[in-house]
Amino acid sequence: MQDGLKLGVLAFIATFAAIGANFAHDVAYQVHALIILAISIGMFVWVLRGIGGAKPAPETGYMDGVVRYGVVATALWGVVGFLAGVYIAFQLAFPALNLGLEWTTFGRLRPLHTSAVIFAFGGNALLATSFYVVQRTSAARLWGGDLAWFVFWGYQLFIVLAATGYVLGATQSKEYAEPEWYVDIWLTIVWVAYLAVFLGTIMRRKEPHIYVANWFYLAFIVTIAMLHIVNNLSLPVSVFGSKSVQVFAGVQDALTQWWYGHNAVGFFLTAGFLGMMYYFVPKQAGRPVYSYKLSIIHFWAVIFLYIWAGPHHLHYTALPDWAQTLGMVFSIMLWMPSWGGMINGLMTLQGAWDKLRTDPVLRMMVTAVGFYGMATFEGPVMSIKAVNSLSHYTDWTIGHVHSGALGWNGMITFGALYFLVPRLWNREALYSLRAVSWHFWLATVGIVLYASSMWVTGIMEGLMWREVDSQGFLVNAFADTVAAKFPMYVVRGLGGVLYLTGAMIMCWNLWMTVARGEAKRAAPAAAAIPAE
Amino acid sequence: MDSYSFLRELADSWALLALTLIFLGVIVWAFRPGSRALHDDAASIPLRDERAPCSGGCPDCGNCKTVDFGVTK
Repeated sequence: MQDGLKLGVLAFIATFAAIGANFAHDVAYQVHALIILAISIGMFVWVLRGIGGAKPAPETGYMDGVVRYGVVATALWGVVGFLAGVYIAFQLAFPALNLGLEWTTFGRLRPLHTSAVIFAFGGNALLATSFYVVQRTSAARLWGGDLAWFVFWGYQLFIVLAATGYVLGATQSKEYAEPEWYVDIWLTIVWVAYLAVFLGTIMRRKEPHIYVANWFYLAFIVTIAMLHIVNNLSLPVSVFGSKSVQVFAGVQDALTQWWYGHNAVGFFLTAGFLGMMYYFVPKQAGRPVYSYKLSIIHFWAVIFLYIWAGPHHLHYTALPDWAQTLGMVFSIMLWMPSWGGMINGLMTLQGAWDKLRTDPVLRMMVTAVGFYGMATFEGPVMSIKAVNSLSHYTDWTIGHVHSGALGWNGMITFGALYFLVPRLWNREALYSLRAVSWHFWLATVGIVLYASSMWVTGIMEGLMWREVDSQGFLVNAFADTVAAKFPMYVVRGLGGVLYLTGAMIMCWNLWMTVARGEAKRAAPAAAAIPAE
Repeated sequence: MDSYSFLRELADSWALLALTLIFLGVIVWAFRPGSRALHDDAASIPLRDERAPCSGGCPDCGNCKTVDFGVTK
């Protein structure tokens, strides 16, 4: 019965995709229709072949298969995203790398890079770790059976549709929300399923208390759902085309976009990754979090303050002055809870600081927390109007984003991957700790090169743009700043190469851990646990 | 009164007051008497149940909620 329903739905989707591919108004839509056609036919055959076969008995214990897939996806998408970033960094230094092809221009590869690192690398890291953490801290198996697999594969489909769409020219031109209307609808469906799996697991928890990491994960899931739906309110021009028109216009659209954009930073890249910090740092240090009270205050302060900070992206624009000041004030207030959280993460090592000498994974996590502190100090400074008048539209912003993204999000994710792989594949230890050290130093030096070159070039171009002669005329043309920035762009690209190299060493190390690592000796205590 | 002016006035008066009080209330609640033991217990959640879900079947089930990790505060 259930298989029959599945076949019916898949047949309907395949038929509609075939019609869509036939009547498509643009190439991106046509390619997407063909991708969906191929997937739905493949799944149709797969379901059909499975009919009548013995259904496997429902499993007990933690559901780690989907976490393992998430870990692999995180590592692979990470390398893809970093590679795209390195390539477009060198495009800015050497424009010949645009290759004269529309598909490989900076304008199309740039959203490919940002979406690959934020949504593919970061998003898969959040999916995998949230499924791992919510089970352990609730002492319960994931809710919803195969729904978690739907979330995982549905999210990968979203990534593929988004990435191919960018290259083929489908974009709604909203930063970090570029995918067109049907991809947005698909992500909404996947996200609701994600919320159901996560909430369902929390609701059947065996622990009386919901651990603070789950609060952060839940805030991330709920807020992203809200942001995604409101910012993507658009009307498709045709059901057979990728083009859509935004419902909001002018400054309302700009504010909605940056309400979305900044809270994507606040809840996707901060709240979700803080969930990782509050689980993996205590685990790796072997000690409970420094202050649970501080973690509660950290959580509520981030929730109450972050949502108002978006207008700092629109200083000196058509946005009303009071709204700009509001955004600035809330951004500055955010500094305190952010540093409270950083202190909480760092002080968790109290009594275990010696482990930093011997454990490169813990060193990676602590560095991540340090970069969280640095980025959450730099951000409030840059949101001050006087500073922003110099920094806005310059490479300083790019440097700020990358010290947060490479330092905080990247490093805490690498730490979590190094933590998870031996446990998920039942290995005694990582294959090589020396390789982890190499990864750590390559990544750290890469970030330093990246951030410092962007500080120099950002402040330089900000000063060049505002330089006037004794008659009040601007001294520099835009092209003058482009020429002056060349050396810093090369340094930035080299920093990216180091970071990418570190990530590839990680992939090799994790692969060897699974393929060659010594299987974990059965713990004597495990045998004593009675079956459920 | 148009909806913009009404919402604007509501937002910077009663809504602002209510949200500020809720925020302060949450912080005060975290420091309520008796919260220390609950928070110490909650903080140690990641350090248990790593390999299998809680079956509730341990003979000393009540004890594992109060494991002392030797943290000196």
